[in-house]
Amino acid sequence: MQLTNRSKVVTKKEMSFMEKLYLPAIVSGLSITIKHLFKKKATLRYPEVTREFAPVYRGMHVLKRDEQGRENCTACGLCAVACPAEAITMDAAERKKGEENLYREEKYAAKYEINMLRCIYCGLCEEACPKDAIYLTDRIVPSEYARDTFVYGKDLLVEKMDDRIDVSKRKKSYHID
Amino acid sequence: MSIILFKVILIVLIFLISLGLAAYATYGERKVAAFLQDRIGPDRAGPFGLLQPIADGVKMFLKEEIIPTVSDKFLFILGPSLFMMTALMTSAVIPWGTPVSIGGQNFNLQVADINIGILYVLGVVSLGVYGIMLGGWSSNNKYALLGAIRASSQMISYELAMGMSVVAILLMTDGSLSLNAIVESQGEGKLYGFINVSGMNWNVFYQPIAFIIFLITAFAECNRTPFDLPESESELIGGYHTEYSSMKLGLYLFAEYINMFISSAIIACLFFGGYNFPGIEYLSNHLPQNVMSLITFVVLFGKILFFIFFFMWVRWTIPRFRYDQLMRLGWQVLMPLAIINVLLTGAAITFFGN
Repeated sequence: MQLTNRSKVVTKKEMSFMEKLYLPAIVSGLSITIKHLFKKKATLRYPEVTREFAPVYRGMHVLKRDEQGRENCTACGLCAVACPAEAITMDAAERKKGEENLYREEKYAAKYEINMLRCIYCGLCEEACPKDAIYLTDRIVPSEYARDTFVYGKDLLVEKMDDRIDVSKRKKSYHID
Repeated sequence: MSIILFKVILIVLIFLISLGLAAYATYGERKVAAFLQDRIGPDRAGPFGLLQPIADGVKMFLKEEIIPTVSDKFLFILGPSLFMMTALMTSAVIPWGTPVSIGGQNFNLQVADINIGILYVLGVVSLGVYGIMLGGWSSNNKYALLGAIRASSQMISYELAMGMSVVAILLMTDGSLSLNAIVESQGEGKLYGFINVSGMNWNVFYQPIAFIIFLITAFAECNRTPFDLPESESELIGGYHTEYSSMKLGLYLFAEYINMFISSAIIACLFFGGYNFPGIEYLSNHLPQNVMSLITFVVLFGKILFFIFFFMWVRWTIPRFRYDQLMRLGWQVLMPLAIINVLLTGAAITFFGN
């Protein structure tokens, strides 16, 4: 019974004399391989040259600061709620007088931890964040030997003022301004 | 300078060149493989990875040496040594260039111009089977034994066709078996009797069928793809050298590349005029003798390098034969073809002269 008209009848026909000689086929094969000798190589010399990540790549998180260096995060907890892996925990605290240059709004995260072993890098925290505070970057979480070293605190997550992390590519992929 | 001293220097030189070339052939193989597959290949050790063979050699020496307890220890060690020795011995009869003159005395650039040159090569090459057979047998391992049996039956079958294809060449050089005479005969006379280019009277133009048969059998003798059934790593885990480790494995792998080098040299000598090249007569009339020797040596080396490249090129192009196909090709195709070729050559020489 024929189910589709794409089926092909397989025949095992006798090879002709030229085919039995093998040599013409080998010569054409050789000409194919020699052409590859002059083709552009696909290899990247890795440590010297690195391949650029795709804009949608989701790696290690960053907690952003604004232009004046104040932390964006207000510890609203939406990221923790959105997180399907329950990797995010935080403690909120009230901003004291004189800390206006540290935190953008009156409430801030005193403790902010992401368990990188729980995290599935889905990026839902990023989508949930109303304050532009958390982003997934193209940095890779380094491997470690001990499990507890994978719980990243604010010391590792908040971007340094002298080493700002560029998230413009991520912003483009989410926000249509 | 005494003849003995010259020969000793020549032997040492050829020895060093063979080993060095074999080492760099491994590098070349990896590079050629990489380029043919759009990759870069080894490029970490030194500029362009040129120190890679040295790194590989050091690795081979430092690796743990394992001799299986159930193996025959004497034969186990004899196997690779014999294989290496026979591989190196073949280079003795190859004429590397025109004679050099040192202190008014002429020396042939050939270790031994024996009158049975090509027969000696065939004989020593077939001794190489012992190296493989002993290694495979003494390992006391099924895969090694299978590989060794495959290797020996393959090499013995293809030697016949190889010998017959050489006979056609010998008929053309008045029956002289000396490689020197064969090479010299290709440097004289006109191609097909009327194309007057000196040093181009190559046998390949008269004996294309013998050349193709010799080339195919040379691939089989060197256990190279498409005839690498003895070591077919995908089915026999390396074949006859499954149980070998450290430098004993290194000797087997090295000897294979030396075999390749020697086969290329023999192909160049038998079919491509050895050290002869178009315009050799003009140059030899205008240049000093020793410069000429150097040029002829470089020309022969160029031919050898091309054939080594060809070996690698073929390796990364065609897949392995099935064993029954291999045997059918050897016995039912190449062998009769070689005999017919000998008959035709003989008839042509008898009826039409040279």
